[in-house]
This record gives sequence, structure tokens and C-alpha cells, in this order.
Amino acid sequence: MQTEAEWKFTAKDIAEKPDLFLSGHRACAGCGPATVLRLIMKAVRGPTIVTNATGCMEVVSSIYPYTSWAIPWLHTAFENAAANASGIEAALKILKKKGRSKHEHVDVIALAGDGGTYDIGIQALSGAVERGHDFLYVLYDNEAYMNTGIQRSGGTPLGASTTTSPAGTVIPGKLEHKKPIADIMVAHDMPYVATASPYYWRDLLVKVRKGLEVNGPAFLHVFAPCPRGWRSDPAKSIELSRLAVETCIFPLWEAVNGEYQLSTPSKVFALAPQKKKPVKEYLQVQGRFRHLFTPKFEKLTEEIQRVTDERWKRLLKKCGM
Amino acid sequence: MTAKEKSWKEISPAGVCWKSSTQFLTGDWKTYKPVRDLEKCTRCLLCVLFCPDGAIHWKPEKGDIEFDYNFCKGCGICANECPAKAIEMKLE
Ligand SMILES: Cc1ncc(C[n+]2csc(CCOP(=O)(O)OP(=O)(O)O)c2C)c(N)n1
Ligand code: SF4
Ligand code: SF4
Ligand code: SF4
Repeated sequence: MQTEAEWKFTAKDIAEKPDLFLSGHRACAGCGPATVLRLIMKAVRGPTIVTNATGCMEVVSSIYPYTSWAIPWLHTAFENAAANASGIEAALKILKKKGRSKHEHVDVIALAGDGGTYDIGIQALSGAVERGHDFLYVLYDNEAYMNTGIQRSGGTPLGASTTTSPAGTVIPGKLEHKKPIADIMVAHDMPYVATASPYYWRDLLVKVRKGLEVNGPAFLHVFAPCPRGWRSDPAKSIELSRLAVETCIFPLWEAVNGEYQLSTPSKVFALAPQKKKPVKEYLQVQGRFRHLFTPKFEKLTEEIQRVTDERWKRLLKKCGM
Repeated sequence: MTAKEKSWKEISPAGVCWKSSTQFLTGDWKTYKPVRDLEKCTRCLLCVLFCPDGAIHWKPEKGDIEFDYNFCKGCGICANECPAKAIEMKLE
């Protein structure tokens, strides 16, 4: 097994590695999830099979008769990416046992959006993790069901305006907080859980590789700004993925066998809290939060700040800081 | 564009073609196009890493990057993230 130093995750090495998620996909200009996929596919270590739940990334990469995947890729129904990954992994094991596989090992990656994970895919995911299948589950979180027209999901944050939680005279956008999905996965007693953000690309790649190296299930929650659903400038998708970490609205951490550990980009804000930015800086550049800057709903920004601080404090405690 | 490549508007809906999506040139979506100032560029390669469309390539033999406007959708991420401010988005 290679060590972390041998993974070759410098900008030059990555730029020289072949693309496995190819150009010509039909994602919108500035699509955060597309950058995430391009990056994670640079961290694979050998033969890999990807299975992808219905959602933007599945649709934009597999429009008939073309594919953007330079590796074996299977579409799965919206609700069962993890069940599909379990099946693939079990089949690979049998093939190997029967001597019909020429590969020593094949990695399996399940890929799904927040709708396909927080809401509809969670039972398949929970079951696959409980059975201990060896696969990496990547959740790209663009915080709504974007592919079908920006409906709210369990991953949509408080106050975000979506087509099923529209901000208007009655409600100030979504009424509930974001479900702590990665913590729910840690509670499954699994070997590896982590959060990542594409601005911190090296941290993201290292976590993908760690998730693949681990024996057993691994879960990676990746922040993925969507300019279309967030009503944000397409040029700012990567900037937003930085701001989310700098405001501690999306902190970066790992839990190895249940032991929480803050990742370096977030550690900066734990050690120097004065560097932590107010959440308003992150909210004000997105049209989905525009109404929070009107007198009627401005109290909600304070609530978002309060809950962000509370969750951050709780995380620091879990990380022993 | 070579003879085999087609713009997305020309692709026939009939017939399966097991070729990659790189045949599908998405570059005509853009209204703005990134233009780089060679003097300012430090070849840090961040634009290559962040481009959602894989439209910027590192050419080791030239020691430089190259834009592939066939796939660039003009999002402006490369310009926004360039630490040297070497990229300017210009109207097509
Ligand atoms: C059982 C089922 N219900 C509904 C749909 C319709 N559908 C397709 S994609 C999608 C939304 C996907 O949202 P998410 O998982 O967040 O991914 P995103 O589109 O944001 O990338 C829905 C509702 C479906 N395909 N299957
Ligand atoms: S709707 Fe959002 S996630 Fe979907 S392709 Fe467009 S930018 Fe990407
Ligand atoms: S990000 Fe800017 S400085 Fe870095 S390689 Fe691209 S153009 Fe050059
Ligand atoms: S404008 Fe967007 S699509 Fe075009 S090269 Fe820059 S990052 Fe890539």
C-alpha cells in the first residue's frame, strides 16, 4: 500500500493525470458538483466502478448516446445507490473467488446527491453500511433536488428559498435546519466518515483516497455549490465552497472509527476564532437567501449564526479542542 | 472542430454511439470567454483543477496551460480563482 506522501496529489501531478470524468458533460456553467467529480476521479488508485443515483450528475454525464465516464459506470434508481454498490462489491468478491477476475482488487464508489442521500437513499445506505460492504459513498451536496427543479431536501439549510419552500409573505424559505447527515453516518460505527469542500482540493483528494483504502464502508460528504439552484454567480461556486468553511457553516473533519478529528482548513478557525467570518458574508452572495436581508426576515440570519456557532462548538468538543 | 465532432445541436437522436461525451462540444454555450495574460500567469494550475468542464489543460511538454474553447462554458471560475489575476473574462 502506498503512503500518503506517495499519492502524488500536487497540482502538477493531478493536472497530468488522465481525466476519468470527461469534458462535454451537460452541467450548467459553473456547476460545483462537476468540479467535485473531476477532482475525486483524480484520487482513484486502480480499477474502479462508479454507480450513480439519479440526479444532476447522473443526467448530465449520460445523455444518450454519450457518456462522460472513462471507467465502468452504472446508473441506479434514485433511492438505492448504496444497494447497487453492495451488489457490485458482492459480485466482485464472487468473481475473484471463482478465479474469474483478473484484478487483485476493484474499488466501488457510490455517488448521489443530497436528495438521493439525506431523504430517499438513506435506508439503502444505512443497510449497506450495517452489512459492512467495502465501498466509498460520495454525497455531493448541492442542498436541494436540483435536477427536478430546486425542491427542498433534508440537506437544504434553514431560510433557503426553493420551489417547495418558497420565501414570500408566508414563510421565510425552508423552516428546518440541515440534517447532520455525516454525524448520522458516524453513529453507524463505520471505519471512515469525512466532510470536504472543493476549494480545499488537496484535503478532498486525500479523503477520497483514505475512503478507498479503508476496508469496509466509507462516507464522504462533499460540499458542492449549484449556481442555478443557489441563484449565485457561476464564477463564485469555488469561492462559496471556501466561504462555507471560513464561516464554519460547513466545517471540515474526519471520523476514523468514530474518533472525530478537525481537518487543517477548519483547524485554522479553531485556533484563531477571530478569523472565523460571519455567516452573512456567505448568505448575501446567494439569491436563495436574498429575502433574509429584508426587514421582515432579517432575524433569521441571527438564528442561522446561532445554530452555526452551536454546531461548531459541539464539533470542537467532539474533536477534543 | 474535426469532421467527426459535432456541436450539440447537430447530434442525431437516433443510433447508439459508444463514444465519450468529448464529442459533444459544449463551448457554444458561452457569452464570456477567458483570456489569459501570459506575463501574469505563474502556472500554479489552480484554474486547471477548478474548471468544471475540463477546458484548461496542462501541457508538460510546453510547460504551459492551454484553453480548449470547445468545452469552455464561460463560467468565470478560472478568472475568479486565479491568484495572479491573470485571467480576464471577455465578451465573445
Ligand atoms: C423514486 C423516484 N422519485 C423521484 C424521481 C425524480 N427525480 C429524479 S432526480 C431527482 C432529484 C435529485 O436530487 P438530488 O439527489 O439532490 O441530486 P441533484 O439533482 O441535486 O444533483 C428526482 C426527484 C426519481 N427518479 N425516482
Ligand atoms: S442545476 Fe446545479 S448541480 Fe445541476 S447541473 Fe446545474 S449547476 Fe450543476
Ligand atoms: S490560475 Fe492563474 S496563475 Fe494559475 S495557472 Fe491559471 S491562469 Fe496561471
Ligand atoms: S470560464 Fe469556466 S468553463 Fe471556461 S475555462 Fe474558465 S473555468 Fe473552465
